[in-house]
Amino acid sequence: MPTLSLTIWAAAVIVGTAMLSFVGRPIGTRKSIARLRDMTVTGALGYSLLIVTIYQAAALYFGPGATFFKWAVHGVIGFGLAGYLFQQLGRHVGTKATKKLFRSMPVTAALGILLIITYAFVAIFADFIAPYGQAEIFKDANLLPGGNPEMGGNPAHILGTDQIGRDILSRLIYGAQNTVGIAFVTTLLAFFIGISLGFLAATIGGVLDQVLSRIVDMLMSIPQLIFALLLMTIATAWFGSEKGMVTLFMILIIAVLDSTRVFRLSRAVGMNIVVMDFFEAAKLRGEKLSYLIFSEITPNAFAPLLAEFGLRFCFVFLTIASLSFLGIGIQPPLADWGTMVRDLSQFIAYAPFPVVGPLTASLPLMAAGAIALLTVAVNFVVDWMLHRASGLKE
Amino acid sequence: MSSSELLVKIRDLQIDGIADETRSRIINNVDLDLHRGEVLGLIGESGAGKSTLGLAAMGFTRDGCEIVGGSVEFDGIDLVGATPDVRRQLLGKRIAYVAQSAAASFNPAHKIINQHAEAPLFHGMSSRAEAEADAIDLYSRLRLPNPDEIGFRYPHQVSGGQLQRAMTAMAMSCRPDLIIFDEPTTALDVTTQIEVLVAIREIVEQFQTAAIYITHDLAVVAQMADRVKVLLRGDEVEEADTRTMLQSPREEYTKSLWAVRSFERPQKPLAAKTATPVISLRNVTAAYGNNDPVVRDVSFDIHEGRTVAVVGESGSGKSTTARCITGLLPPRTGEIAFQNQVLPADYRNRSVEQLRQVQMIYQMADTALNPRKKIGEIIGRPVEFYLGLKGAEKRRRVEKLLEQIELEPSEFINRLPSELSGGQKQRIGIARALAAEPKFIICDEVTSALDQLVAEGILKLLTNLQEEMKLSYMLITHDLSTVKAIADEVVVMKDGRIVEAGPKDEMFTPPHHEYTDLLLSSVPEMDPDWLDELLKQRGADNLGDAAVSKM
Repeated sequence: MPTLSLTIWAAAVIVGTAMLSFVGRPIGTRKSIARLRDMTVTGALGYSLLIVTIYQAAALYFGPGATFFKWAVHGVIGFGLAGYLFQQLGRHVGTKATKKLFRSMPVTAALGILLIITYAFVAIFADFIAPYGQAEIFKDANLLPGGNPEMGGNPAHILGTDQIGRDILSRLIYGAQNTVGIAFVTTLLAFFIGISLGFLAATIGGVLDQVLSRIVDMLMSIPQLIFALLLMTIATAWFGSEKGMVTLFMILIIAVLDSTRVFRLSRAVGMNIVVMDFFEAAKLRGEKLSYLIFSEITPNAFAPLLAEFGLRFCFVFLTIASLSFLGIGIQPPLADWGTMVRDLSQFIAYAPFPVVGPLTASLPLMAAGAIALLTVAVNFVVDWMLHRASGLKE
Repeated sequence: MSSSELLVKIRDLQIDGIADETRSRIINNVDLDLHRGEVLGLIGESGAGKSTLGLAAMGFTRDGCEIVGGSVEFDGIDLVGATPDVRRQLLGKRIAYVAQSAAASFNPAHKIINQHAEAPLFHGMSSRAEAEADAIDLYSRLRLPNPDEIGFRYPHQVSGGQLQRAMTAMAMSCRPDLIIFDEPTTALDVTTQIEVLVAIREIVEQFQTAAIYITHDLAVVAQMADRVKVLLRGDEVEEADTRTMLQSPREEYTKSLWAVRSFERPQKPLAAKTATPVISLRNVTAAYGNNDPVVRDVSFDIHEGRTVAVVGESGSGKSTTARCITGLLPPRTGEIAFQNQVLPADYRNRSVEQLRQVQMIYQMADTALNPRKKIGEIIGRPVEFYLGLKGAEKRRRVEKLLEQIELEPSEFINRLPSELSGGQKQRIGIARALAAEPKFIICDEVTSALDQLVAEGILKLLTNLQEEMKLSYMLITHDLSTVKAIADEVVVMKDGRIVEAGPKDEMFTPPHHEYTDLLLSSVPEMDPDWLDELLKQRGADNLGDAAVSKM
């Protein structure tokens, strides 16, 4: 009866930790450690469970097997260390203002900034960094990562090759250029459309606001991915499906669909600014609409919009990856992370095999990891910015 | 002072504030004694640390503040090192707090009486029914209208002065030994303020509660407190009982505080009948949307170099009148003329030249200046926009303007509004209006958010500028001491109509219209017996808003 024993185990853990927390309290009171003394029983229970979890995790880490878990631990520790070092670097090198910025920054945000800089660097200088071209085909297909010939690798292709023999490292690097670059352009376009219409609606109000808002409501009511697929199909049917055109359609369609979210935000932020006295003063001065929007509203809406930019960038990026995964996004032979995940996805099934299993399964995971890492990095930075903009403490 | 037993004992208290990576001392070795049943007034300008000290008497500090030394004892209990449990037993039950803005302090999603009953129920003092019955009793003692049902409304359904009294009732719900009043009447009109003052004083006397009364209004403290303590930048200046303090203050700083109210510019002679008024309102009636008019048939003239004060309580239509003049709210009927030329009703149809002549200074300097722009840009924009100056010429003009408002140009030109004090911000607001070189400026409650010393500086500046540049002001205010200080003519408004209008000196000598009389008599004076005498004269039911509603 495995369920019964599980229940008994759970009960034992809860009772045991509750008793521990009762014991901890008098110790805290006697030694007047304010933290222990003022801790609630439930809080103490949480800490006890945390200790159990850490113990379990350590046992898993030092035991045999569990390759992916070990990789994850290495990743967390490695990235944490990188973030910490970058933060320390920022605190001691640079101008007074940047030093102060880094002092107020948590490690997560420092790591996020470091990763974003790295991605940007890789994307911009892909042509110089990548060892091979993105469409170059070698005779050794299906090489495993690691570069160890005994394990099915090749030192010339450190991350292996795909089914038709293209170098995965090169394709990851070019993928940064294609996927991130296109996502960036699309997000910029979405923001330009969303912000100008949103602020216009907030400033002028009335009928214009109603019309724009209802159109946006309409666009938002249709599930985004399905709508994008539909529009892509229509566009390719009408205007042909040359490779460049498809990418252009995708940029325009995703930009318009995502600008609806930006419109909502900028309209709401703008509404709060147009009622301020300084805006009224500018209006009464006789200023033109463009001055009102770009000189009075925009600087004050900067913080929430920048945070939204980071978040929106992630969504656009994921939408592009999903469209590419479905086969109608970025077209081959251009390297793209979404396509790479799709092409290599069947290798994930090899994971349970001993020795070479994890290496084989990591083929699609590298592109997926690149997507995940950038998304997490951007969110770290956005969180920090939101925190700063809202003026919250602790 | 029924017993001399010590209730609050603060010794050598030091509190640090941490902002932007720097520590600064907010309270500097202050002692404080409060006996049972005694009312202590804490006064000082903003930033003097009066609120911080008041909160420290509850053993509480705001976010970013920290008690670094000294002790706070409440009835023999050390509050600095107390555990949260001990504090939780005291707060709300034996120590209560009344905040400045009752409207912002009530939870808008719960009925008033539910919030009232929260503390007694939490501390197990009474059942829900008892707490509600007690609330109704307290409401009637505080002279709230309809005490039986007012508690069952939501906060937004009750006026500001009534909310403030409901909050006092809430503080009383557990019959605490100590109540801390943090500027409870600062945001209220004079007629409302007086009701709240009477209510607070009566209830504190009835229950023999000790209180710390924090305010920057000296006349209010004179009515409320037994003893007064003056603070300046975290240091105690002096402490004495109220009468001694008022009659013979020892320190220079205290004397300067006392002298503020004496600033008064003599009234200028009336303009000649033939003179062209700078601005004239002719039978203006205005409304928001299709609602009832907020301003009805208002006409008055403002002449060159004169100040016309428009007085009345909130909702009387003063600010709406100003919005009509600026063109933000086109009037339904009537017209506004600038030097006998009728202005287009909507500001969008006015020429740049017409817009330049009418400028505005706002009440809240915080929202009136774009927080993302430097002072040089804020003042420079109208210079560039109206006068077409650019580059070095513009900079020279901005520097000249900063000199006029008595701020050092090199120091302030590159700062952001957030790096200025309240008074300095208001000066920048004045400079922005002056930059357009207008003939007429609307001053909308320009001093009501400022301390008296700072406010006096602003009023003097406005007077000097008027002399220099022959400016005309429309001064919107509910503070009659401001009117006394700088106005030439007064217009009293009530419910959107002009009740009385005339030269200042006439307005301040009887006979008045009964509403003007009420306004005048509601302004607290420095005499500690003033409230008692007023109560004797008029009776508690004939004060403030209660009297207004009888008219």
